[in-house]
Amino acid sequence: MDSIKIKNLTYRYPTAEEDILRNVSLSVKKGDLCALVGKNGSGKTTLCNAIRGFVPKFYKGDISGEVLVNGKDVQKEEIGSTALEVGFAFQNPFTQISGIADTVYEELAYGLENMGVDPAEIDDRVNRIMKLTKIEDFRDRNPYQLSGGQQQRVALAAVLVMNQDIFVIDEPTSQLDPQSTDDVFEMIKLMKSMGKTIVLVEHKMEQIAEYADQVVVMDQGQVVMEGTPKEVFSDPRCEEYHIRLPQCTGISLDLKKEGISLEELPVTLAETVDIIRKKIG
Amino acid sequence: MALVEVKNISFSYPNGYQAVDDVSFSIEAGENIAIVGQNGAGKTTTVKMLNGLTKPSSGDVLINGESTKKYTTAQMARKVGYVFQNPDDQIFNSTVYKEIEYGLKKMKVDMEECDRRIKDAAELTGMTQYLETNPYDLPLSMRKFVTIASVIASNCDVMIFDEPTAGQDLDGLNLLSELNRTLTGRGKAIVTITHDMEFVADNYERIIVMCQKKVIADGRTEDVFFQKDIMEKAMLKQPAVVRIATGIGMTENTLDVKKIAAYIKSHQIAN
Repeated sequence: MDSIKIKNLTYRYPTAEEDILRNVSLSVKKGDLCALVGKNGSGKTTLCNAIRGFVPKFYKGDISGEVLVNGKDVQKEEIGSTALEVGFAFQNPFTQISGIADTVYEELAYGLENMGVDPAEIDDRVNRIMKLTKIEDFRDRNPYQLSGGQQQRVALAAVLVMNQDIFVIDEPTSQLDPQSTDDVFEMIKLMKSMGKTIVLVEHKMEQIAEYADQVVVMDQGQVVMEGTPKEVFSDPRCEEYHIRLPQCTGISLDLKKEGISLEELPVTLAETVDIIRKKIG
Repeated sequence: MALVEVKNISFSYPNGYQAVDDVSFSIEAGENIAIVGQNGAGKTTTVKMLNGLTKPSSGDVLINGESTKKYTTAQMARKVGYVFQNPDDQIFNSTVYKEIEYGLKKMKVDMEECDRRIKDAAELTGMTQYLETNPYDLPLSMRKFVTIASVIASNCDVMIFDEPTAGQDLDGLNLLSELNRTLTGRGKAIVTITHDMEFVADNYERIIVMCQKKVIADGRTEDVFFQKDIMEKAMLKQPAVVRIATGIGMTENTLDVKKIAAYIKSHQIAN
């Protein structure tokens, strides 16, 4: 069953001269992690905003086609009711963190309070999510006094506590160091294990190769490639669309150019070492 | 004499928190250096001391053998240019042209020279077609190149780029590596803070590793990347090329795929 189904979506921002999304069709199965990749400006973030209804409800502009979330047409729904189905995490945690909560605990409780959830249940849910996401140590700290990586984890926990079925996460690690990036992907893995459907915009291809079920390549507002990480990254068209390959895939391609015969292109380190080891006995 | 000599610098905030502890290194003209390490390791505070944005609590930074304590921050800005991590900390003019021009006007560069430098910097950063655009109409990844252009135009001897790779796509990374090559070719020293180890492996001959306020390694990129203990201590990941070379049993420290290919060929079993 598809959590997200987009049919022939075309969209133009109010003052723009060209369409930013062109006839996009895409399905994401329930429980899958779908990674959106492509050049900056290819329409990834706009597509994310269409999934949560902000395109066109908040940004206005011209739209045609359909976005179905859990079977419901988001253009016909109120933004508020779509928000109950789609959780959204911004690129920059500074944008996400409310600024009105003095502690991480309050930050996580904020969204639930707005929804009018019973206080005892709020306490229960916040404590449970803090434990699951391993941010209990920050419980009483001010969100703004945390490091960028810690803030991003708090921002994701604040989305997770709302318990929607679908999460849209826009470049969560672009400002983070390698360790914090790993921490964020641990959280994404946790979301997956909870059965959440995830749409993730990310430039870090190693992590995509490891965690994504589906990779969607966008170029100039169109979906130009789609498949498993292995199908997409071993496709020579990646070069045409200027997609950075996972390091191992790039190195394997270079090895091929140096005359090493590789029957298939690996996307992970373990695979690569394994293939070469077999060759050298 | 080195272009920049960093001598035992430390920095503590007024509240007593120490951000940098006894750091020393030197930079030669034309060098292309990457500084890597976890967030909070002291990288940004260290480079800010190179151009006087932050004054060392102890130790000294010498440029062409002269202590930077003698220079004002404005004078320092002509020697060492710093590109902020967040471009929005830096951008405030209404067009890309005016943004690049701003610092040059402050330096009283004459108009003709000013225009020449702006066009050169725009060319290197892919900004030529956006000179009349408002920087805030460009995406963040491109705003970063606007701030890099400003520093290039100022023609300093040392240029510091703080996390220019963050959020860049492949085209952005390629542009960055090309402008690094051009600038070092002109004799500029480039110091880049980044978390992208693949980009470092492909583009820098020397890296400085920082961990818990100190420099824990400084040397040829391949030599440092192959020291697993150093990388682990700094909580960094070895790039894939290193892990592959190690994984297939190579003993030479190399980041060169050609050498890996040669090794495979020489060990290949007949089939």
